[in-house]
Amino acid sequence: MKWLPWRSGVQRRGPLMNASTLKNTFDRRAIVIGGIQGGIAVLLAVRMGYIAIAENEKYELESESNRVNLTLIPPRRGWILDRNGAPLASNRADFRVDVIPERLANPEGTIDQLGELLELEPDRIADIKTELETSTGFTPVEVASGLDYEQFASVSVRLPDMQGVVPQRGFSRFYPTASSVGHLIGYVGPASSEEYEETPNPLYITPGYKIGKDGLEKQFEDDLAGIPGARRVEVTAGGRIVRDLETREDIQGDPVKLTIDGPLQDYAARRIGLESGSVVVMDCETGDLLCMASMPSFDPNSFSDGIGSVEYAMLREDQRVPLRNKVLKGLYPPGSTVKPMHCMAFLQAGVKPEDSITCGGGRRIGNRFFNCWSNHGRVDMAKAIYQSCDSYFYHFAQAVGFDKVAEMAKSLGMGQEYPLPVTSQFYGTVPDPEWKFNKFGREWQPYDTVNASIGQGYYLASPLQLAVMSARLATGKRLKPRLVMSGDAPNPTDYNFADNEIAYIRQAMSDVVNGPGTAGRGRLPFEEIQMAGKTGTAQVVSLSVSDGRSGPWKYRDHGLFVFFAPTENPRYAGAVVIEHGGGSGAAYPIARDVMTFMFDPAKGLDALRTLEEQWGGTAQERLDRRYAAYASERGETVPPSRRRDEEIFDRVEAEARLAAEQTQQVGEEFVAPRPVANPSGTPPPGAFDPAASDASDGTSQ
Amino acid sequence: MNTARRGIIPDPIARQPWGMLIPLFMLVAFGAAVLYSAAGGSMDPYASSHLTRFGVFLVMAGVIASLPRPFVQIMIYPTYIVVLLMLLAVEVMGQVRGGSQRWLNLGFMELQPSELMKPMIVLTLALYFSKLPVGLITSWRALLVPGAMIALPMGLVLLQPDLGTSLALAFGGGVVMLLAGLPLRWFFGAGAAAAAAAPLAFYFGLQEYQQRRVLTMFDPEADPLGAGYHITQSKIAIGSGGLFGKGFNNGSQSHLQYLPEPHTDFVFATMAEEWGLAGGIFVICMFTIILRWGMRVAYQAKDRFASLVAAGMSATIFFYIAVNLLMVMGFAPVVGIPLPFMSHGGSSMLTNMICIGALMMVNRWNRDAPRGGLAS
Repeated sequence: MKWLPWRSGVQRRGPLMNASTLKNTFDRRAIVIGGIQGGIAVLLAVRMGYIAIAENEKYELESESNRVNLTLIPPRRGWILDRNGAPLASNRADFRVDVIPERLANPEGTIDQLGELLELEPDRIADIKTELETSTGFTPVEVASGLDYEQFASVSVRLPDMQGVVPQRGFSRFYPTASSVGHLIGYVGPASSEEYEETPNPLYITPGYKIGKDGLEKQFEDDLAGIPGARRVEVTAGGRIVRDLETREDIQGDPVKLTIDGPLQDYAARRIGLESGSVVVMDCETGDLLCMASMPSFDPNSFSDGIGSVEYAMLREDQRVPLRNKVLKGLYPPGSTVKPMHCMAFLQAGVKPEDSITCGGGRRIGNRFFNCWSNHGRVDMAKAIYQSCDSYFYHFAQAVGFDKVAEMAKSLGMGQEYPLPVTSQFYGTVPDPEWKFNKFGREWQPYDTVNASIGQGYYLASPLQLAVMSARLATGKRLKPRLVMSGDAPNPTDYNFADNEIAYIRQAMSDVVNGPGTAGRGRLPFEEIQMAGKTGTAQVVSLSVSDGRSGPWKYRDHGLFVFFAPTENPRYAGAVVIEHGGGSGAAYPIARDVMTFMFDPAKGLDALRTLEEQWGGTAQERLDRRYAAYASERGETVPPSRRRDEEIFDRVEAEARLAAEQTQQVGEEFVAPRPVANPSGTPPPGAFDPAASDASDGTSQ
Repeated sequence: MNTARRGIIPDPIARQPWGMLIPLFMLVAFGAAVLYSAAGGSMDPYASSHLTRFGVFLVMAGVIASLPRPFVQIMIYPTYIVVLLMLLAVEVMGQVRGGSQRWLNLGFMELQPSELMKPMIVLTLALYFSKLPVGLITSWRALLVPGAMIALPMGLVLLQPDLGTSLALAFGGGVVMLLAGLPLRWFFGAGAAAAAAAPLAFYFGLQEYQQRRVLTMFDPEADPLGAGYHITQSKIAIGSGGLFGKGFNNGSQSHLQYLPEPHTDFVFATMAEEWGLAGGIFVICMFTIILRWGMRVAYQAKDRFASLVAAGMSATIFFYIAVNLLMVMGFAPVVGIPLPFMSHGGSSMLTNMICIGALMMVNRWNRDAPRGGLAS
């Protein structure tokens, strides 16, 4: 055992195992170990040289990006100005608090704590929690903005315990006239996760940064957005800021100057009152759109932190569809408002103004008798306009052929889309045989001509189109509606209507208001300025379903009025459409007051103030009160469901189309006119009206 | 060696191994400078206590160096058993109190018995092999008894669990066994067995956090905010230092707390960021000089016991250095082993200074009795 324990081992080392061989073994192995140590020393030196020299650039960059934190400063958004430079959308310095979902350790607890500190409403807290569940990654979620300093400070001091909460000073969008410009301007909101995925712009996940979500805010996003500033700070791994290195100020977005007249827009919106409708006013020299009011509306100020569930529920339940921009997406049968324009078509087709017919309470066209709304006796063109005699139009539309009339209608802007910076506009319908065949596969019938000749049946127009038609007819110029102030004033071309033809139509339309016409109470309260116009009552269901004035609100007639002023030398033209107003009587007093305001603001405001006292405050005051009442009554039962803004507006648009389609269905047969020229009803029951009686109520002829 | 400078410098001073001590002082001083920076430009809390400890342990090393050989040899086995019992005590107290326990509170200091065990295992094995009859070196007695001597403390340390220290014990013991002349094929066999058992140990023996550390060594970027964070940040610190570093007290990685443990395990990265490759080469050179001195002491030793002690002590220090530097450069998993003489920490300083003291002791023996041929 001592000498030959294991053969192989002994053989390798030699036969003798003694102190000397052991010492040799030790020395050999010690040298190997020393060599390994030296080798590792060299390896370490080489490795370090590689990291520190070959990869130096890469690691220096990473070290810098560790050390320096770049914080984007959201740019101040460009203002949206009215034609006189007054802001329709501006920015307000405020304190705000956002949370970054990814960084929240305890989302529920943090939000509850914030809710307590900032005194948030329970439904708002519920909304935030729902949003937190659906939001992904680093997209910030706004908790509150417009805070006062005390609240802001109360969050700031607790910051060390509240990871993922970002309180900061910033600017928030402010719309001074609130709901009056809701549909026109749109609103801003934080970019959604989808938008960030599409365009991974780091600004999109910067708390406090908002992008245009609707209306002009969305259309002019590129101009309004501005250039972000940046702050470079040295931060610790824990995120504590050690010192500021460099700050680059943001560059505010460019202002967008609209042709809108701010005060007029606000006035018109408020004047619509409890009704659901729209007012459009155009400048007759340039085509500038001075007013595009659509009411009821939403408050764009309260939409900027997302559309609250309760608010959304309230707006959705309102049958006056506050989310729909009725100026562009409300389509209505134009009714009698097209009659002056049809007269111009007759004139161009060779009909003389003196050519008359006898209205016997209606007229036989082909082998069928079609009712007029009244018995007008002998009717020439002027009387046909100011008395709105249907028989005259049945006859001459049949005589000249509706093709020619439709051509004139299209030329004057009906059924057309305009090159306006809006998110979408409906272009309506000017019916003609080809259109009907394409749409329904049926031939054009005499009753189609009859319907269309008085703006009923398949005829559909938006308030904007009615205003354009009115302006073009009043001036004889191809005015193009313009929404944004651009350098040179447009120079519209002529239609080549004869001056006396234009004058004749103007006079007849003046007589509607100032003479023996259908809108006697539309006279302006001025000696020297007169307004001309044309009333219209559009039936949405056949006479057998509703008399158009009472019964369910949604079956009542639309009230329409197109106008221009002054009569002799038109400067302004426009249209008023009141949905289910019960008839034109609901529309033309609004036009009267809007024009009054145009020429004498003080006088116009006096009239409005009286009305608003009956209605219970301005439109915005009523909206706020309505919201408070709704929230206290129903807030608990509204489930916190957060939809994407896009979904909401897609749905609103789809419903608007559906509504227009349904309106068109009435044209399947002859639409018998109402036996009253300019009736009106009461506002819808849901309109929160302390005073139901309406000063615009009137049935005079 | 002790003749040239006689007359100018007093003999007790000239006798000291300055070839090792000067690099050691430079390393410790440099370490203190790095710790000064790691504390944000302050002597407290790291640099001052680092220097104080070094002073205290240097005295202790001097005491060890002066111990006579017979006394050392008598004391080794009892001390080994005492340290083993302390390890057991730690384990028992840990079981009682719940959770992992690594130190004993002696009232005046907290002692980690596992640190003491590192030099003890070297001493114990060296003594065992020196007493083992030469012929038995290839027998089972040369393997099983030392194996048990290593396995017992290793097992207790693994229970703590402290993978780094138990590997250090295995390494120190293994090197002594290798140098004692055990047949090479045993080591190859053990190496093969370890390679075969490694996957099993990895999946069944290691805690989950340890598994992750091993995995991230191969791909630190896979989990940059988790287990790979340490390695990534360490490499950033070293890499961004470049040739000459960012300058004293200018390291952003350490000062802004991106570097984890900038004063203990990752002190080399802290140093490299501020002093660059130049500082790194300096540190590696100093270590090389110290270890080379240690191996030479082993080579010059008169007898088996002394040479095995010296080589084992060098190997223990080497293990610390190598594993720590490989770790900070991304070549080894994060095992929590500090860098000798530079990292802030009493226990590792204690271990390493015991090793230095033992080396100085052997060096003194060498000097006192010239190398003899077959003296045992």
